[in-house]
Amino acid sequence: MTTEEVRGAAERAARTSYGRLLALLAASSGDVALAEDALSGAFEQALRRWPHDGVPDNPEGWLLTVARNRLRDVWKSAAARASAPLDADSARHDPLAEHDPLAIGDKRLELLFVCAHPAIDPAVRTPLMLQTVLGFEAAEIARAFAVAPSAMAQRLVRAKRRIRDARIPFIVPPRTAMAERLPPVLEAIYACAALSWRGDAESLAGEAQYLAVTLAGLLETEAEAWGLAALSTLTLARRGAGGGPFVPLDEQDPSSWDADLIAEGEAYLRRAQPAGAPGGVPAGAPGRFQLEAAIQAVHCDRRRTGATDWPALRMLYAALVAVSPTLGARVAAAAVIGRADGAEAGLDALPPEADGESFQPWWAARAELLSAAGRDASTAYRRAAELADDDAVASFLRARAG
Amino acid sequence: MRYTLLLHYEEMDAETLGGEALAEGQAAFASYAATLQAAGVLVGAEVLQPSAVTTTVRVRDGALQVQDGPFADTKEQLGGTVVIDVPDLDAAIGFARQAPPASWGTVEVRPGAVHTVEGVWTPNA
Repeated sequence: MTTEEVRGAAERAARTSYGRLLALLAASSGDVALAEDALSGAFEQALRRWPHDGVPDNPEGWLLTVARNRLRDVWKSAAARASAPLDADSARHDPLAEHDPLAIGDKRLELLFVCAHPAIDPAVRTPLMLQTVLGFEAAEIARAFAVAPSAMAQRLVRAKRRIRDARIPFIVPPRTAMAERLPPVLEAIYACAALSWRGDAESLAGEAQYLAVTLAGLLETEAEAWGLAALSTLTLARRGAGGGPFVPLDEQDPSSWDADLIAEGEAYLRRAQPAGAPGGVPAGAPGRFQLEAAIQAVHCDRRRTGATDWPALRMLYAALVAVSPTLGARVAAAAVIGRADGAEAGLDALPPEADGESFQPWWAARAELLSAAGRDASTAYRRAAELADDDAVASFLRARAG
Repeated sequence: MRYTLLLHYEEMDAETLGGEALAEGQAAFASYAATLQAAGVLVGAEVLQPSAVTTTVRVRDGALQVQDGPFADTKEQLGGTVVIDVPDLDAAIGFARQAPPASWGTVEVRPGAVHTVEGVWTPNA
């Protein structure tokens, strides 16, 4: 086998197993940084050994065994160094002893809950997920968040030290605690979808979708997790090739959207909405992510019907504003009211300028509504262009300003 | 794993607080201690006298400096400590949220590093 082929096999193993292996090693030791070192050592060893020995039948099991041995070596030498007599007890305990490398469990769910633990700074939760579950380098993550690589590396190191030293447990919270523990996990994954790599055109949306679908699949019955899986899948379906000039949603050619991903997203959305609980008890009111996914599904449906169902969108946005009255939701709701009931009604529904004056979508929505009402929109378009952080969006808005 | 719960809250004298509120607070602390004891996690707990009677001591260049008043003159003062021994941070947070001052002040959950056993420093485990 050539070096290239071996590298390919190792990279495939890395892509599919990195998060699973790291989660397992970190859960056993409670130490994410130590687990990362052990795992990267195992991958290096694979690149050296597999060209001679061939790729093992169970590459994941091989990698786990090597990484586990490395962890054991660290513990042994730590025990040898330790002088305090009480340390001997903890050194004898091998937390990996019970794991069979051929039956690798999935601890990624535990790892996701660790990354978005309430004791972890919200700003570092998404970067931590990207690094530990998806295996991104700190430098890549720093670029996505537009911060200096050293600053990002330091934040990640600090968070991992905190996980170890404060002993944040690698567990899935009990169902009774899910209502307070799940939302930060969903938020962190959602934030991943909202990011875009700076410097190149590649989007993190695909990674966010992978995380969301993984989370929903592992939790099985959490409606909002399926809502987020549906939302990120439907958003991904409309992403298109990227690059190129900005085209607003309702001017996009729906035939350019990915039909398979739309079908997949719709299936996730159906899983979020069980067809009535036993005894005819109505399911609980849909949460924010299910509503946002339903909104995306209505947009995507234009691919099938050729038209956008504005009254349906107006209803969904009213429900969204009721459960999650963010400025973004209120602005989007006003834009939809403008389409369903006329531009003047939309302008009336727009939040006051005091709330929206530094919020780009507020100016963009106001500009569109003014223009639709036949009023002067050039100032609003220019302000929206100034506030846009995407060059393609800014030049689109400047063109409309005339 | 040992955690110290640092109870910070705004100090109020018995007069401002009123007899009824004081009795309620004492009952809440009593039932909290009973909860920790019953769970088998309580290492020790202490509620402190107000910072008005605290004294701060420093030695600078070998000279003793004694001052009246707390280390930091803030609105919320350290009012007490509870040491618990539990498996992990989630368990510690679970007991911290039940501490009466969590509802009117702030409870800091601080993992222990070392503590003394028979006068000998012993690592947390």
